Amino acid sequence: MSNVPADLQYTREHEWAKVEGDRARIGITAFAQEQLGDVVFVELPKVGARVTALKTFGVVESVKAVSDLFAPVSGEVVEVNAELATKPETVNADPYGQGWMIVVKVADAKELSGLLSASDYEALITAAH
Amino acid sequence: MTNTPLKRTPLYDAHVKAGARMVPFGGWEMPVQYAGIVQEHRAVRGAVGLFDISHMGEFEIEGPDALAIVQRLCTNDASALAVGQVQYSLLCYPEGGIVDDLTLYRLADDRFMLTVNAANIDKDWQWVTAHGEGAARWNNVSEETALVAAQGPKAEALMERLVGADVTRLPYYRFVRGTVATVPALISRTGYTGEDGFELYVPAPRAEDLWHALLEAGRPDGIQPIGLGARDTLRLEMKFALYGNDIDETTNPLEAGLGWVVKPAKGDFIGRDAIETLRTRGVSRRLVGFEMVEPSVPRHGYRLLADGAPVGVVTSGSFGPAVLRYIGMGYVPPALSAIGSALDVEVRGRAQRARVVRTPFYASKVKKP
Repeated sequence: MSNVPADLQYTREHEWAKVEGDRARIGITAFAQEQLGDVVFVELPKVGARVTALKTFGVVESVKAVSDLFAPVSGEVVEVNAELATKPETVNADPYGQGWMIVVKVADAKELSGLLSASDYEALITAAH
Repeated sequence: MTNTPLKRTPLYDAHVKAGARMVPFGGWEMPVQYAGIVQEHRAVRGAVGLFDISHMGEFEIEGPDALAIVQRLCTNDASALAVGQVQYSLLCYPEGGIVDDLTLYRLADDRFMLTVNAANIDKDWQWVTAHGEGAARWNNVSEETALVAAQGPKAEALMERLVGADVTRLPYYRFVRGTVATVPALISRTGYTGEDGFELYVPAPRAEDLWHALLEAGRPDGIQPIGLGARDTLRLEMKFALYGNDIDETTNPLEAGLGWVVKPAKGDFIGRDAIETLRTRGVSRRLVGFEMVEPSVPRHGYRLLADGAPVGVVTSGSFGPAVLRYIGMGYVPPALSAIGSALDVEVRGRAQRARVVRTPFYASKVKKP
């Protein structure tokens, strides 16, 4: 079974969010990158863009698939992982670490409570298998 | 779409046991990847990879009229084939559209084998038997024939260890009969990757023996099984057409860049008049290879634009794992087909810059005689 770190929160669309003070770091889960296969392209918003919870904020593409990225929370993008433009395979190699995608300044902390816990997310992907 | 159950090759169990991800392809349940498409692609370019392509179809025709029938059905000149030689060829409709692309084997003076695309087996069988009548007998040996390809720079040495004959001197597009690790095989120096390699036609019940013997013997070379995902990116780097993507009944050989396998001088064949009319008039579009200037993945069906206006369509595209660029193929008007022509690919509503480049994208490593 895929690695599901306990200190993160999750969407049903397989993104994770890590709360860092008033910010949230966002990426896709180990399960998501396994399902996608080799990631060859990642399209992310620019710093300053606004993302909306459960709306698309970008696209991740593998050789075979195009997949939308859904924002776990709403807010302003304050950091973007520029390295993924030239090394998209980092998403496969280290989805919870170097493969992070964006950092958002959380607009409404209440949205975080709507996300899945690690155990809920683990149950979701177990059921999907 | 029909609800016909998916067919399986004799190697289905071996794929599942090896942890392959199985997907439907052309009516077959096939491995799309084992270790991962990019890694498999690089294993073929750098060492050797093993492909199960048993889903492909094989038809044999034998009899005094075999050559005449093949000449009527196929666009290339089969009379130029010596026994032991292979030829790339096409079946065309009278209007010039492509029924299928195939490799043609001359097994004997009066006996040929056609290897056709898996998804087209039924259509092709109806076509050749309906239009290929005469003093010869057709035999569809697809079910009883397994086909395994070993491709890559280390394929030759691997085969040398397993074959009781000298295959190192077998030129490209030639075949011999021999035994590969106890399995009787038609050993063909052909492939769909741009690497040196072999395609091995063996009796279906012996496919697993061959597969495991090759994996075992190739272990020191780093051999690994390769899925259809990498097969697709490998052929794309060579700009080899894939039926159903780049060529089909609506495309003709000239616009697809396959005029080199159309030989009107040999005499009449199905589609000849239509193709010759096109040759005189000139084609309205050409299949080109392009690379992205702005990074993004071109995909089958995306529109090609010039100055904001649609001018064509992407037929194949991906990241090229060996050329390390986003590459694609597509049809454009002749005026935009020259090397260096600027195009845009419409990706999710945005025009992304691309340019027509020389192909193949990856320099062929096949053994020319």
